[in-house]
Amino acid sequence: MAKDEFKEFRLVGTRPDRPDGLDKVTGRARYGADISAPGMLWGAVVRSPHAHARIVSIDTSRAEALEGVKAVVTRADFPTGLTGEDWDLQENTMAGERALYDGHAVAAVAATSKLRAEEAARLIDVTYEVLPHVIDVDDAIKPDAPVIREGAADATVPEGMPPNVVRYMEFGHGNVEAGFAEADLVREGHYKTEATHQGYIEPHACLGQLGGDGKGEMWVCTQGQWFIRKMCAGVLGLDAAQLRVTPSEIGGGFGGKTTIFMEPLSLALSRKAGGKPVKIVMTRSEVLRATGPTASASMDVRIGMKKDGTLTAARAEFRMQGGAFPGSPVDMALYCAFAPYKLDHVAHVGYDVLANRPKCAAYRAPGSPMGAFAVESLIDEMCRELGLDPMEVRLKNAVREGDRASYGPKFASIGLVETLEATRAHPNLAEPLGPNQGRGVASGYWFNHNGETSVSLAISEDGTAQVSIGTPDIGGSRASIALMTAETLGIPYEDVRVNVVETGALGVNEPTHGSRATFASGKAAVLAAGQAITEMCRRAAAEWGIEPEAVEWVDGAAQPAGPNAGKFPPMSIAEIAGKMGETGGPISGHHESVPEGVGASFGCHVVDVEVDPETGRVTILRYLVVQDAGRAIHPAYVEGQYQGGAAQGIGWALNEAYIYDDKGRLQNPVFLDYRVPVASDLPMIDTVIVEVPNPGHPYGVRGVGETGITPPLPAIANAIQDATGARLRALPMNPPAVLAALKAARGA
Amino acid sequence: MVAVTLWSSLTRFTDGAREVEVQADTVGGVLDGLVADYPGLKPILDSGVSVVVDGEVAPNRHAPVPEGAEVYLMQRLKGG
Repeated sequence: MAKDEFKEFRLVGTRPDRPDGLDKVTGRARYGADISAPGMLWGAVVRSPHAHARIVSIDTSRAEALEGVKAVVTRADFPTGLTGEDWDLQENTMAGERALYDGHAVAAVAATSKLRAEEAARLIDVTYEVLPHVIDVDDAIKPDAPVIREGAADATVPEGMPPNVVRYMEFGHGNVEAGFAEADLVREGHYKTEATHQGYIEPHACLGQLGGDGKGEMWVCTQGQWFIRKMCAGVLGLDAAQLRVTPSEIGGGFGGKTTIFMEPLSLALSRKAGGKPVKIVMTRSEVLRATGPTASASMDVRIGMKKDGTLTAARAEFRMQGGAFPGSPVDMALYCAFAPYKLDHVAHVGYDVLANRPKCAAYRAPGSPMGAFAVESLIDEMCRELGLDPMEVRLKNAVREGDRASYGPKFASIGLVETLEATRAHPNLAEPLGPNQGRGVASGYWFNHNGETSVSLAISEDGTAQVSIGTPDIGGSRASIALMTAETLGIPYEDVRVNVVETGALGVNEPTHGSRATFASGKAAVLAAGQAITEMCRRAAAEWGIEPEAVEWVDGAAQPAGPNAGKFPPMSIAEIAGKMGETGGPISGHHESVPEGVGASFGCHVVDVEVDPETGRVTILRYLVVQDAGRAIHPAYVEGQYQGGAAQGIGWALNEAYIYDDKGRLQNPVFLDYRVPVASDLPMIDTVIVEVPNPGHPYGVRGVGETGITPPLPAIANAIQDATGARLRALPMNPPAVLAALKAARGA
Repeated sequence: MVAVTLWSSLTRFTDGAREVEVQADTVGGVLDGLVADYPGLKPILDSGVSVVVDGEVAPNRHAPVPEGAEVYLMQRLKGG
């Protein structure tokens, strides 16, 4: 579409059948809960019914007396002396002195059947002393809020801050006051977003086995088997190499499966039960009460704008609670908030705050959607006030390659301008709107990530290839990596099989997170294929009796590089592979690195809504996602990522929220009450793939998985204002909230 | 010498300086140099940061830092 200096490809950019398609539509794919083993026990977890309570005593005697119960564990069965993130993970896995949120695990049991384990869990008697709790981030940051944990603040927090602030940051450049003085209009707004869950269809599930010799195995639904290994080893005091972790097929992750929850419990129970494997499958209620949603946010933004739409300065102060442990994505939210805009004067302040809620986990572009909600909403409000076209203002201020990002460094190759221009040209923007209908626009940004990566490729005897990767496929990376490998080797797509392998098969891989799998594992697979090609050229050269440098690889075969190299017919990959046992043994390739050249991705969304003035219901009429993919290796999967991000963002904007009662107990821990969008809630989501190739990847790939969830929150708020005149500055924008805003707007 | 831009709330560990100079030609050298000159930064650097050299997130400690490069210290970047 633009800036494309890459050659035409044979396979890259095509849409072949998905390698996992048949398994998934026939039910043959093995997910976490599908794994069983002989002699297996079932685990069940006892969870705190209180948001904050001292654990006075735990009496396990009635459970242990029940027939079929083989093991009970409490925190007393875990090693002591851990620090830092290991301690946080252990404390979250199993409460120590205090239960820190509703759903916090306090004991676990293993028995011969699932029902027996659940029955035994009910027989464990826990005595609590209920303590004051705090749920909302603005309450949690007050100086007199209930203290979640003394001494949890890290070195970034200056003396004198409220006790639940555990991380603090300031950054920016220029002089914001001088920048505001240059503006014709300065406006500020206060915005709030609720914590939302990733809402993956597959609940967490694992089968863990650990012997008294410290050797163990785990089969688990995860985005990162090496993270599971490292975290379980840390929590249980094991040697990492003694734990072998095999990932299952995965029914969604979106960041929520990059950490541990009940996995160490299955291993601890197994060890106590004499090494019998223990299976734990979470219920949906457990998933919502005890696994990691994203953070909730309270945000203040101030922006200066000239009459022509030029931004002169911006300031953001974000406060986020990520549950009872440090780690809310307030830093990433601030980094992304103003990223689409060229700003000479910008300041950011962030607070990571503890509250009595589950430990947050990553969720698709962690933090970026919240920041976008605040910034993109305020920019839209200012455009309306000045009578400016929000698309033109975004283009006028758009960052380009070489511009200094709001968060500091200069941008390398980026495609924001191309994305905005493609958005402006889309026919959806010309569709007429009726009564109570409105249109909203918003931009979004995500960095993307590289991470530790190790990939191996093996040529089979028939000239086909197997690629072993360590990044579980949560969005089509097996197909994309197969396409890139086949393109590089010059063989059909169907001749490449990509396998996600266990921890013993490769060097350490970071999880599939940060939109990195197709970029990082894909780049490593291409380089591994190149290594195999070099060896195949060497084998052909040896057969022909010429120098390896005189051989080149063309269309899946070795051939003399030119007339001076000799006259030999091309030797195909199948011919070379068929003789490899006689010419030196197996042919393979391998690459491991933290790959350079990550390409950031910008997106722009346009949504048309209709608001029912009687009920406050918001209906999505039309939805457009435009995003820079760098290069779409398998465009259908890229479009799926765009649509999936938008769908999750729509749910976050309109319905999803954790609802707590006055005792801090979650009131909606099922999908009937925690309302994610279903197919009938949404129109077909239109997509446009912009391709500004990333020069840091052999095929130009940028990660595409995360940016798409960022713009929907503000785009929908902007559309609602366009439709009704009412501005909503807090999520979710569900019917009661919309009705209240309509009433306030009418009264204004 | 390499000029390193810190996030501004770290200035309380660097005598108020937002940009500090260290003698280094690799990312690891930059981090070690920062700790040597400003020991208060150690727990923050140990907990994980990203180093951005000329707009590119450095892949490892051995990544080169050319003379005159623009170096930014950022909170550790990752994702979902």
